[in-house]
Amino acid sequence: MINYLNTLRKGEKAKIESIDAGKEATKRLYEMGLNTHATLNILKNDIGPILASVNGNKIAIGRGLAGKVAVSKIKE
Amino acid sequence: MGNRKIALVGNPNSGKTTLFNVLTGANQHVGNWPGVTVEKKEGKLRYQKNEYDVIDLPGIYSLGAFSEDEIVAMDYVLSDDADVIINVIDSSNIERNLYLTSQLLEMGKNLVIVLNMTDEAEKRNIKIDVFGLSKILGVPVISAVAHKGEGKNEIIKEVVNAILKKKTYDNPIKYNKNVLHHIEHIEEILKGKKIPYPIKWTSIKVVEGDSHVLKRLEESKIGKEAVEAIKDFHRFHSKDSFELEVVDSRYSFANSIAEATVSRPAKEVETITDKIDRIFINKYLGIPIFAIIMLVVFQVTFVIGEEILGGIAAFLIEGLGGLIEKLLMSVNSPEWLISFSINGIINGVGAVIEFVPLITVLYLMLGFLEDSGYMARAAFVWDNLMRKFGLQGRAFISMIIGFGCNVPGIMSARTMDNKKDRMITMFINPFMSCGAKIPIYTVFIAAFFPNHGALVLFSLYALGVIVALIMAKIFNNTLFKGESSYFIMELPPYRLPTIKNVLRNMWTNVSGFIVRAGTVIFAVVTVMWVLAVVPASAEPYSQDSLLGAIGSFLMPLFKPAGFGTWQESVALFAGIPAKEAVVGTLGMLYAGEYMEEGKALVDAIRENFTQLTSLSYMVMVLLYTPCAAVLGTIGKETKSIRWTVFIALYTFALGWAAAVTIYQVGSLLGFG
Ligand SMILES: Nc1nc2c(ncn2[C@@H]2O[C@H](COP(=O)(O)OP(=O)(O)O)[C@@H](O)[C@H]2O)c(=O)[nH]1
Ligand SMILES: [Mg+2]
Repeated sequence: MINYLNTLRKGEKAKIESIDAGKEATKRLYEMGLNTHATLNILKNDIGPILASVNGNKIAIGRGLAGKVAVSKIKE
Repeated sequence: MGNRKIALVGNPNSGKTTLFNVLTGANQHVGNWPGVTVEKKEGKLRYQKNEYDVIDLPGIYSLGAFSEDEIVAMDYVLSDDADVIINVIDSSNIERNLYLTSQLLEMGKNLVIVLNMTDEAEKRNIKIDVFGLSKILGVPVISAVAHKGEGKNEIIKEVVNAILKKKTYDNPIKYNKNVLHHIEHIEEILKGKKIPYPIKWTSIKVVEGDSHVLKRLEESKIGKEAVEAIKDFHRFHSKDSFELEVVDSRYSFANSIAEATVSRPAKEVETITDKIDRIFINKYLGIPIFAIIMLVVFQVTFVIGEEILGGIAAFLIEGLGGLIEKLLMSVNSPEWLISFSINGIINGVGAVIEFVPLITVLYLMLGFLEDSGYMARAAFVWDNLMRKFGLQGRAFISMIIGFGCNVPGIMSARTMDNKKDRMITMFINPFMSCGAKIPIYTVFIAAFFPNHGALVLFSLYALGVIVALIMAKIFNNTLFKGESSYFIMELPPYRLPTIKNVLRNMWTNVSGFIVRAGTVIFAVVTVMWVLAVVPASAEPYSQDSLLGAIGSFLMPLFKPAGFGTWQESVALFAGIPAKEAVVGTLGMLYAGEYMEEGKALVDAIRENFTQLTSLSYMVMVLLYTPCAAVLGTIGKETKSIRWTVFIALYTFALGWAAAVTIYQVGSLLGFG
């Protein structure tokens, strides 16, 4: 099932399916490691940016942008 | 023949500048947040009788640029100026760092890879097969811990070797069939044309839709037909996603390399960073913790810098003044020389030098913050609020840097990938109260608020931030309407700041302060002194002097703000070349007038101001026109004289209006 990154909760894991945030932002996300190979670990999602880790490295993503990142949850 | 060139290329915060300092013995600014280096810097490495030029560059995630600092790095890499590139990789984040490596290999660059931060990788139980990595890529790979100098000799050896060998690489990346087909199509179009970069690589970038390369192609003489053909290609395929497919092929390459050479623990080791972050960026605690940190910074600055060390400095300078006076008298020096030395130098420039201990403490603490990794957290917790004012969290880092000095604060706006954000971030930075303004606040605080120093200081800084945010909102709705930008930023691990980094950052700032005192402040005070003692017919330092006349002419402008003496008006103008000159000038002028009575600057201020006017004066100083160095930087960064003049004027008007409001409202309420 497809979810958007901004709806995931702390502790959930997800794989990126697609990003539709306009050319620039999409590419930037990709190049910062948020590409279709990556597994995200949600560390924080309450107010402010969403904090996720990719391979243990933390990346903060603004809520608006996170809403354009389609992911599928990974069950443990 | 010139020196061989070695360039440092890598992701932000991977340790390039640290390695640069190790290789060259230079002292470039290092900090634990992405975006410290925004310019190209050069240094020299001597090795076995040869000299090499080493070039440090801003960090980049890829060879496609979004912001000004990245353009600097990318342009340099593309210019093919370097004989060898040291690709600095953060070992704990190797998968992502290898993406840039894949792009460097795609260009066939002569590379040496440095696996930096192996200490951190080890702590997190990440194992890297260095030998295997080198073998698969065919590139020399050296592991290092740059801030400890580990790996330095091997790096130099491999780099020199690579320069001699002049190696280049075949592009190892496998694109999918579709993309390959398009690359060939573009190659066909470009064949035989004069283009600035290798044709194969250019074709890949065209398919990828790299805006920089497309622009360069249009500028070079490839002919209308070819330009049109390329445009047609993009128009025809506007629905396709080659761009990402090209990016993806590089990632597949990077990942396959990582899979073969890197092993990570099944479950990430929980680090200290994780524990600290649970509190420091907590939804409720984030901003209060930020406020407490800043309050502590000011409290410590005040207690140690002013109350403990400040007294010693003042004592020394006073003693020195007495000594010089005696000396000059004993050799029968002319009256004017004594007057200039004591009033101009000791009471003017000396009044500024007295603050060296205080700002030293301030910069030590700001340096500690910068090297700790907290800056990125501050940006994180402020993003939400910044958004309400039309900016993003990243802008907040520029603001904190501005607390030290507005020049690097404004420069750091280069990392913003959106023009609107960048301009507004620059325009509001002057409201961030810098270290040079502290001497002014301190003497007024000593005169009127001796028991609440840190609190007054903190409030002034807070007021600066509030005004900055309001102005950001206004600019957002007027001058720079339009798209708001997205926030994406790495949060580096917390690191215990190294003494070396903290001292280095402190020294750049403090030595700048001392140099300014010896040059700009000295010059301003000298000019002021001369104006204060001419014409000969007038009583020196009196309203009849030339300076007195100028001050009296300006006085009506500041009367509504409650600044009642001509000295106060003149000092504000003296502060435009450099802010410290406000105190320098007041020190010289009041000393001239009160010299016989042997009073200190603080006493003179107590006599000429009230609590209320001291507040309006401090707020004026906080907000009004930034110093010449800042205006120069704004001019350089905006490439526009009009914007620079605009900033000089609007800040002045704002400072004036705020000072007048405080004074008038305060008077009405009976605080006058
Ligand atoms: N643990 C560790 N920290 C390092 C190492 N190299 C650099 N650092 C720290 O990493 C941070 C970023 O370094 P800097 O040289 O400014 O990175 P740049 O952005 O690539 O120029 C600083 O706090 C350095 O002290 C290393 O090998 N190990
Ligand atoms: Mg750097």
